[in-house]
Amino acid sequence: MEDTKKENGAEPFIWELSSPGRIGVSLPLPDVPEYPLPDSVPLRADLPLPEVSELDVVRHFTRLSRLNFCIDTHFYPLGSCTMKYNPKMNEVAASLSGFSDVHPLQPESLCQGSLELLYRLQEALEELSGFKAVSLQPAAGAQGELSGVLMIRAYHADRQDTKRTRMLIPDSAHGTNPASVAMAGFTAEQIPSDSRGNVDLSVLKARCNETVAGLMITNPNTLGLFEENILEITEIVHRAGGLVYGDGANFNALMGYLKPAQVGIDVMHFNLHKTFATPHGGGGPGAGPVGAGELLSDYLPGYRAELAGGERYILVRPSRSIGPLKAFYGNFAVLVRAFAYIRQMGGEGLRAVAEHAVLNANYLKHRIEKRYRIPYHRSCMHEFVASGDLVPGIHTLDIAKRLIDYGFHPPTVYFPLIVKEALMIEPTETESRQTLDAFAEALLNIAEEAVLAPDLLREAPHNTPVGRLDEVQAARDPRLNRRSDKDRTDTKN
Amino acid sequence: MIPYIPHTEEERRIMLDTLGLQSMEELFLEIPEKYRKPELKLHSPLSEADVLRELRELSARNAVPDTMVSFLGAGAYRHFIPSAVDAIAARGEFLTSYTPYQPEASQGTLQAIFEYQSLIADLLRMDAVNASHYDGAAALAEGILLAYRVSGEKRKGVVISAGVHPEYRETAETYCRAYGLSFRGPEEGFWKPKELASLLDETVCCVVGSFPTFFGDILNYRPLCEETHRKGALFLVSIDPISLALFEPPGAYGVDIVTGEGQCLGNPLSFGGPGLGIFAVRTELLRKMPGRLAGLTCDRTGKRGFVLTLNTREQHIRREKATSNICTNQGHVALRAAVYLSLMGKNGLRQVADLTYRKACYTAERLRSLPAYRVMNEGPFFREFVLQCPHEAEEIAERLGSEGIIPGLPLSRYFPDRKNDLLVCVTEMHSKEEIDRLIDSLAGI
Repeated sequence: MEDTKKENGAEPFIWELSSPGRIGVSLPLPDVPEYPLPDSVPLRADLPLPEVSELDVVRHFTRLSRLNFCIDTHFYPLGSCTMKYNPKMNEVAASLSGFSDVHPLQPESLCQGSLELLYRLQEALEELSGFKAVSLQPAAGAQGELSGVLMIRAYHADRQDTKRTRMLIPDSAHGTNPASVAMAGFTAEQIPSDSRGNVDLSVLKARCNETVAGLMITNPNTLGLFEENILEITEIVHRAGGLVYGDGANFNALMGYLKPAQVGIDVMHFNLHKTFATPHGGGGPGAGPVGAGELLSDYLPGYRAELAGGERYILVRPSRSIGPLKAFYGNFAVLVRAFAYIRQMGGEGLRAVAEHAVLNANYLKHRIEKRYRIPYHRSCMHEFVASGDLVPGIHTLDIAKRLIDYGFHPPTVYFPLIVKEALMIEPTETESRQTLDAFAEALLNIAEEAVLAPDLLREAPHNTPVGRLDEVQAARDPRLNRRSDKDRTDTKN
Repeated sequence: MIPYIPHTEEERRIMLDTLGLQSMEELFLEIPEKYRKPELKLHSPLSEADVLRELRELSARNAVPDTMVSFLGAGAYRHFIPSAVDAIAARGEFLTSYTPYQPEASQGTLQAIFEYQSLIADLLRMDAVNASHYDGAAALAEGILLAYRVSGEKRKGVVISAGVHPEYRETAETYCRAYGLSFRGPEEGFWKPKELASLLDETVCCVVGSFPTFFGDILNYRPLCEETHRKGALFLVSIDPISLALFEPPGAYGVDIVTGEGQCLGNPLSFGGPGLGIFAVRTELLRKMPGRLAGLTCDRTGKRGFVLTLNTREQHIRREKATSNICTNQGHVALRAAVYLSLMGKNGLRQVADLTYRKACYTAERLRSLPAYRVMNEGPFFREFVLQCPHEAEEIAERLGSEGIIPGLPLSRYFPDRKNDLLVCVTEMHSKEEIDRLIDSLAGI
């Protein structure tokens, strides 16, 4: 790795700080005798971990942290990810010893507090969505999706209705939808959107027959638009014998305004790390609980907390469960944070969340629509999609990178796939009008720059620790860890 | 005022005016009227102080190490967590960022992932490690699916050891059912190479072992791995990372896929989640593996930097042809593991493993001196062992519970026939006094 080592002030790797014999932790002295290691199993000769002090570690990772944009430092309007403020109270709640030091296999009588929390969180999500039952087990949205599709599969299988292998998915959907469908052994079939950004009803009707397992629908969809024909859509699918999966990624827009179960959604996942303000952690952990109505609730994954005899909380595997998707009961520490958030907001607060998320998105859309093309002329929900095709030769990626210079994390780019040069912007309810105005000003300035000084965009970002990185090289010759780089140095020598 | 919504009454009015609207409800007119704004039977908003009081009360209804000594393990382990892990993990820059889609604004997260991938690759001695999976169970399930894809989706058999965690096996069955994969393996005990040969044929895509086993046994997998390869299948082992500070890493004996649970690397028990799914492969399998990968590259000026790479494996590019549907992973848990492994380092991790090993040995030795009890493990074990009790283990656990001791996991939870067996787990967190208390209490039954 000599060629890239420490140059230009880059933060060194932790192992580059290593000094033989240095220690970073103090452990208790042995208070029991030594026991010889077995001779029936080969032992480890060398443990190639760094030898660094606690201060080395703290400085290294603190310096690394400062290279990140995050919600605590920057507006982060990453569409479809709901990067709202993550209240600090929830961190305190999750780190209470009475939650964080509890073992998942403690006798039920010794973890009634955790079980009650699971039970009450299930209840709250059921009330918000209208579903009969919720399982909190799935670790993230994609795992919730897989659960839901497996539940639909099991339902048809139980009815010996095994011809049903096609799952319909609008072309605006997240990539996780078709990927989950493939993992459930179904074929993913794309349904186009119409000129208003809704599912094309005539195509849907034509595709629905006795081989349709169901439809996966995101509402509001990834264009940030409410599916206006949701009642017709679910009716068409149900009439053909299929079931409807709701992708709850965008539930932030609907809390207190629509219960998905009431408009024909049979099963849906929630993203607690989006809607319920738990931190995204640089990529997780999230939590993707699944709710289901009458037809599918017995198929829910994992365990559900139930109240036995009105006094004792217990864990129960639903009667026709598809089985577990992970060990134990879900990302509990994430569930604690979401529960704390729900308790603080209350029903009234959660409805206000949806209102202000939608207000902020419409306001921001209004502020920039003179310069940025908005492909669908409708009121949006919690997010909207604009197009970055400002002038020839300038791309959405250039706009995104230039936004970093202005101190904003870019929106989601090039998604959904059906909008050319898409910029998908989700401000969330926790941002003030002042922040939205500043962001709108930045976007409008960038639109000017695109005409007057296009290189400012093409060469952006200018003030970051690194400039635009060579992604092609990274994929062609993957250097994924210290070992792969050692091999490279070895062969060179 | 609702917390976390910064709008003043006046700002709200100005914003609505800008949009030509009178009220917030008008933003939702596309929702069918009949179902719009339903009644919500939820509580009223609570103050921060009230919420915290309520949660403290709830949490006080759980037993914790301050109030009880617990010898529970079985996939979730209490090891020492240095304070610096919590301090680094609490930084908003790590906690409140997301998947590093914009590398120039996410170099901290990306380099931390690269370091995690490196530290784990070194620990396992494997070529490639992904940025994390949900937990050990889901990682194992996706490891089996990888082996199935490598077989050209032709081999539908999976030979699985009885030493794999029962919840991991169940999880793998959930994931694999739609693919029509079938699981086979002895119900009890562990296969010897000869037994394995009889289970292995050209329909098997992989053989799955666990190190240590669910029951704590330390086995030499080298002969099994070789036999598996002779039959054209892949060998997958689900590992415990701390044990590998003492024992030969799986990469050294030619394992194809390594998965495992990394919760023990600097993460609290948290009632079983979040965990950390470790996922590693040989180079040859890299382009078929699931999950995100951070890779080293450079910018236009040649400066070192990191990006997410090999994205064409993933759902956001490849959709139904992706290697998995995984999107959000366990990034923050992986960060904690990287900080933990850095702090522990070469000497610290070995010390933790050694203390754990000898304390478990000490506990078992003392129990062997009790005539009514029998330690069931025939060979060496790490951290856990099975204790056959004179009565039903449930009953013993209940009696010791009243003395403030959780003596272990009654195996009847997973194996209804094994009523008298208790799975006992000991780590460096248990003092000799606590272990002696356990022995005395068991002796007194």
